Amino acid sequence: MSESEQSGRRAFLGATAAAAAAGLGFVALAPGMQLIKFAEAKAGMAGASSKVRWGMLIDTTRCATGCTDCVTACATENAIDPGSGRPGQSSQWIRKIELKEQSTGREISLPMMCQHCADPPCVDVCPTGASFKRADGIVLVDRHTCIGCRYCMMACPYKARSFVHETLTQQNPEVPRGKGCVESCTLCVQRVDKGQEPACVEACSKGDHTAMLFGDLNNPTSEIARRIATTASSQVRADLRLDPGVRYQGI
Amino acid sequence: MANRAITFREIEGKGGFYALLAGCGVFLLLGAYAYFQMEHHGHVITGMDNQIVWGMPHVIALFLIVAASGALNVASIASVFGKSIYKPLAPLSALLALALMAGGLTVLMLDLGRSDRMIIAATHFNFKSVFALNVFLYTGFFAIVGAYLWFMMERRMNRWTTAAGVAAFIWRLTLTTGTGSVFGFLVAREAYQSAVLAPLFIVLSFAYGTALFLLTLAAASALGRLSLGAAVVQRLKNLLATFVAGALYLVVVFHLTNIYFTRNHGVEQFILLDGGIITGVFWVGQILIGSLLPLLLLLLPGRPEAALSRILTACVAVVIGGLAQMYVTIIGGQAWPLDLFPGYAARSSFFDGEIHAYAPSLVETLLGLGGFAIAAVIVIIALKVLRLLPEKLDDATLDPQQAKCTAS
Repeated sequence: MSESEQSGRRAFLGATAAAAAAGLGFVALAPGMQLIKFAEAKAGMAGASSKVRWGMLIDTTRCATGCTDCVTACATENAIDPGSGRPGQSSQWIRKIELKEQSTGREISLPMMCQHCADPPCVDVCPTGASFKRADGIVLVDRHTCIGCRYCMMACPYKARSFVHETLTQQNPEVPRGKGCVESCTLCVQRVDKGQEPACVEACSKGDHTAMLFGDLNNPTSEIARRIATTASSQVRADLRLDPGVRYQGI
Repeated sequence: MANRAITFREIEGKGGFYALLAGCGVFLLLGAYAYFQMEHHGHVITGMDNQIVWGMPHVIALFLIVAASGALNVASIASVFGKSIYKPLAPLSALLALALMAGGLTVLMLDLGRSDRMIIAATHFNFKSVFALNVFLYTGFFAIVGAYLWFMMERRMNRWTTAAGVAAFIWRLTLTTGTGSVFGFLVAREAYQSAVLAPLFIVLSFAYGTALFLLTLAAASALGRLSLGAAVVQRLKNLLATFVAGALYLVVVFHLTNIYFTRNHGVEQFILLDGGIITGVFWVGQILIGSLLPLLLLLLPGRPEAALSRILTACVAVVIGGLAQMYVTIIGGQAWPLDLFPGYAARSSFFDGEIHAYAPSLVETLLGLGGFAIAAVIVIIALKVLRLLPEKLDDATLDPQQAKCTAS
């Protein structure tokens, strides 16, 4: 083999190797690039804004004793079934509490769920940062980083969180849940991001109770902000100074 | 110094050694079986629920972690406070501390809902969380006590022993403060709202650790067929009595300060008077068996030949009392319902306003006992393969000066 033939062969091999490397690189990177494209598209659609603070105002004088429309709607929307275990082990994202004032005997009925605190103790104690607060004030659990230590359940003053004790079936694809993780009311984030109200609020209106009002606490023209500015409302365990996003009237 | 002449050696370990190892191995296997059951089925097969979220595994794991810190007492007194009589026992003390920590942490990790995600716990940190800080305190404990043990056992590194001993001493006090603070920082739980919890946990750790060390020392000397000197046992006995009394004092202070605040009367009445099983575990387990009985056994004068068995009985009582203390703190604190609406009686489908019941299942208890088995297996194997114990444990070897004085 002459020297020029040899150098030609080397050049060919080099070019082939370079092309193969470029091809491999493309094959390796392309799915990632595509994912970034998807992610960017999604971010543009659903990014939470810190200008907004989602909240709820609950008028306990309109909430009927024994009515569980909000609880049923939450279970349907988020595919929460009672499970096969003991009732103490099933998840309850929202529950009705019946109260009786000890000194007067006055009775109150109200829904209780994650209060979406501005300073949530669950976020403070979570070792991995799985408990987090979105820019718009919604407190969530990252399903991928929750290790199921349940420290947030110990810390939450509202008993708002549940631990998934067993394997789940029949889930709503938009509401990922899983055995061994902690979960709580998401304020129906999947609906809020589409411009809808949480399922419990919608059900309460449909049932003609209109005890639950959802909206942006930061927007002075929103109905919730106007109502809170003009009528007396209270925060549950206000002494803890957690600034919950859910307010109550009539207690 | 007389101590330089002491030779350390492995224990020979014959029939009894393998029988003990096999016995602990059975509990290790049962613990592993329990873990895989819980991993497969979920926590649905345990007695834990959304009301009592931390159960028996936490009771045992926290006991072991608190005791681990206290097991270092003997080494600390030797290296930090320079008591030469304890120096020959310091390596065993450090090893026991590592073994108990390993047992406790394993149980804590295997009780996680997603124990398969340990890598996340090791790579994602929220530094505001006491738990995340504890991840560093616990791993740091292994590193520092591990180095300390190495410096003690490797002659070329001996000169660094005191420095490592001081570091380990400071580290373990911080660690127990961190463990106590896991509860102290829970704003809404009435049973835990006290700054006394952190110092209480430190004194508890002294008592549990010393009791477990004495039991380990007695077992190791029996396995190695070494006669244990009466003087060192007497000293450890006095130390244990002081720690048990100190812990009892802080328990009294803890409850008295809680009772001072009217808002805590409900939860205190529940723990101390009408909490059913919790009240029983408090008075019988924690106070009677865990505090008064050991004080009686340790402090009342008696025949010297019966002394060791009486001291070891006291140690077992301290361990039972320690588990009772953790049960009352962890389970009792959760059993008392959160008061969302002070001044109102509440009821709901989620057990608001109700005292929560808890009955530990067999699997979670076996998982917890597996933690004890891990610690025991580590110590037993280490005694056989490492030169942890002096050739002799009699008074003449451990404290030659004192022995000389007594003889003359």
